[in-house]
Amino acid sequence: MMDAPKIVTTRPLLIARNVSKAYGDVQALSDVSATVYPGEVLGIVGESGSGKSTFLRSLNLEETPDTGSYTLDLPDVQGNLFDLDRYARRMLCATKIGIVYQNPHLGLLMKHSSSGNVAERLLVAGERRFSVLRDKARDALDASEFPLERMDAPPIELSGGMQQRVQLAKAIALEPALLLLDEPTTGLDVSVQALVLDTLKKLQQERKITMVIVSHDLGVIRTLSDRVMVMRRGKVVEQGLADQVFQDPQHAYTQQLVHAKL
Amino acid sequence: MTVLDVRSLTKGFTMHHLGTQMGAFDDISFSLNAGEFLLLKGRNGAGKSTLLRTLYRSYLSQSGEVLFHSQHGVIDLARAADVDVTYLRRTEIGFVTQFLTARPRVSAEALVAEPLRLAGQTAEVALEQARHWLGAFGVKQELWAAYPTTFSGGEQQKVNLARTLILPQKLLLLDEPTASLDVAARAALVKRLAELKAQGTAMIGVFHHPGDVAELIDREIDLTPDAKPKEDREDVAI
Repeated sequence: MMDAPKIVTTRPLLIARNVSKAYGDVQALSDVSATVYPGEVLGIVGESGSGKSTFLRSLNLEETPDTGSYTLDLPDVQGNLFDLDRYARRMLCATKIGIVYQNPHLGLLMKHSSSGNVAERLLVAGERRFSVLRDKARDALDASEFPLERMDAPPIELSGGMQQRVQLAKAIALEPALLLLDEPTTGLDVSVQALVLDTLKKLQQERKITMVIVSHDLGVIRTLSDRVMVMRRGKVVEQGLADQVFQDPQHAYTQQLVHAKL
Repeated sequence: MTVLDVRSLTKGFTMHHLGTQMGAFDDISFSLNAGEFLLLKGRNGAGKSTLLRTLYRSYLSQSGEVLFHSQHGVIDLARAADVDVTYLRRTEIGFVTQFLTARPRVSAEALVAEPLRLAGQTAEVALEQARHWLGAFGVKQELWAAYPTTFSGGEQQKVNLARTLILPQKLLLLDEPTASLDVAARAALVKRLAELKAQGTAMIGVFHHPGDVAELIDREIDLTPDAKPKEDREDVAI
C-alpha cells in the first residue's frame, strides 16, 4: 500500500468506492475503487468481459451500480452521484463529463451535421444564440483537429477516424472536467490511430483535461496514461504508475497480459 | 547537501509463470549529495539497471527506503503516492535510458521541447531550446522536424538525450546513455553532464565504458554479489 500524497495537495477530482454491479448471475463489477487527480490520465486495461467498459459507463452515469459511491470534486456537485435522478444525471453528463465511445453510432446522430452534433451539447447546456453555437462548435472541432471545411457533413458520410474526432469535439465542447474514452482508437487503421492519439495527447497537455481511458490495446494505454488499473472478471487486480505496471507487473494476470503483447 | 538517502533497499522479481522468485539486489544503502556523481559497477545481471529503475519507481522494491530530499521536503520514493512520483519526475528527477520512447507522428523537436512546455515554458522558447540541444548533440538540422521512429539508433539516442537533459533536475539517473553514440555526441554528453553537475545535479549512472565519464565520477558502488564483503566497503553504509 502506498502513502497518501504529500507533495500534490490538490484534492482528487474523482473518487469511486467499492462499485459493484451484477447482471443476473454475472458479477460485472465487484468492489471496484478508483481515485483520479485533476489533470491525471487513468488507463484501464483488461480482457473482454473484465468489466472495464461497465465501470466507465458507470462513471458516465449510464449504469446504476448495485452498491458503491462516486463523487466528483466540482462546484455545485455534491454527494453520491449514483443517487442522482435521471434529470440531474443528464445535466451533469451533458455539462461536466464528456465521453467518446468505440462505436460512433452510440455517441452521434449519424444523419445530422457534424457541427450540429457538437452544437447539440451546447443547446442542452442552455446556449441558444446561433452564432455562439456555431463558433463554439467550430472551436471544438478545430481542437479535435477535424477539417473545418467538412463541419456541416453528417458523420455517416465521414471516415471512422473523422467520426471519432466529431465525438471528441462533442465531448470537449463544454470543456468538461472529466473526459471518458471507451476504446477510442479500436477499429481505426494504425495511421489514423496515431493521429487520434496525438490529438488526445495534445488535449491532455494543453488543456489539462482529466481522462479515464479504457482500452485493450496496451500501447494506447501506455502512450496516454499516467496510471494504469488492470481489471479481470470485474475486479481490480493491480494498479500503479503506467511504467511500473508494464515493466514490473506484480500480479500473475498482469504478467501474462504484458508478456502477451506483440 | 543530501539529495538521496537509500536505506536497506531490496528488490526481487516473482515470475508467476515459472513459479519462481529471483533476487536482484539485497540490502543496498548509500547516500548522495548535490553535485555528486555515483557510478554503479558490476557484471551483467548484477542489478545495476534494476537499481536505477527501482529508485525511479518503475520497479517496486520489496523493502527499504529511498528518501529523496525534494524541494517539498523528504519523501520516500519507494512508498510515495503515484501522483507525487509523477510530479517529481516532471520537476526534479530525470531518467536517461538507452532508448527513445518515440510517439507516432510527433517530430523530434516537439518531443525534445515537451518537458520544457510541461514545466511551463512558452511553446516558442521551448522549441528554440529544443533546437539548440538537438544541434548540440549533433542531430542534423534536416531531421529536426522529422519523426524519429525511422532514425538510426544513434540519432534516436541523441534525440533522447536532448529531451531528457534539456531541463536541469535535482537527481539524474543514467542507464548506459553512451551505448550507441559516436565520439562527438559522447563529448557533447559529457560536457552537458559536467555542466549539470556543476549546477548541483546529483547523478547515478551505469556505463559500459566508465572511461567515457571518468572525469565526472566521485564514487563507485560494486553490485556484483560478493564482489567484496560489505563490511570492507567504505562506499556502502551498513
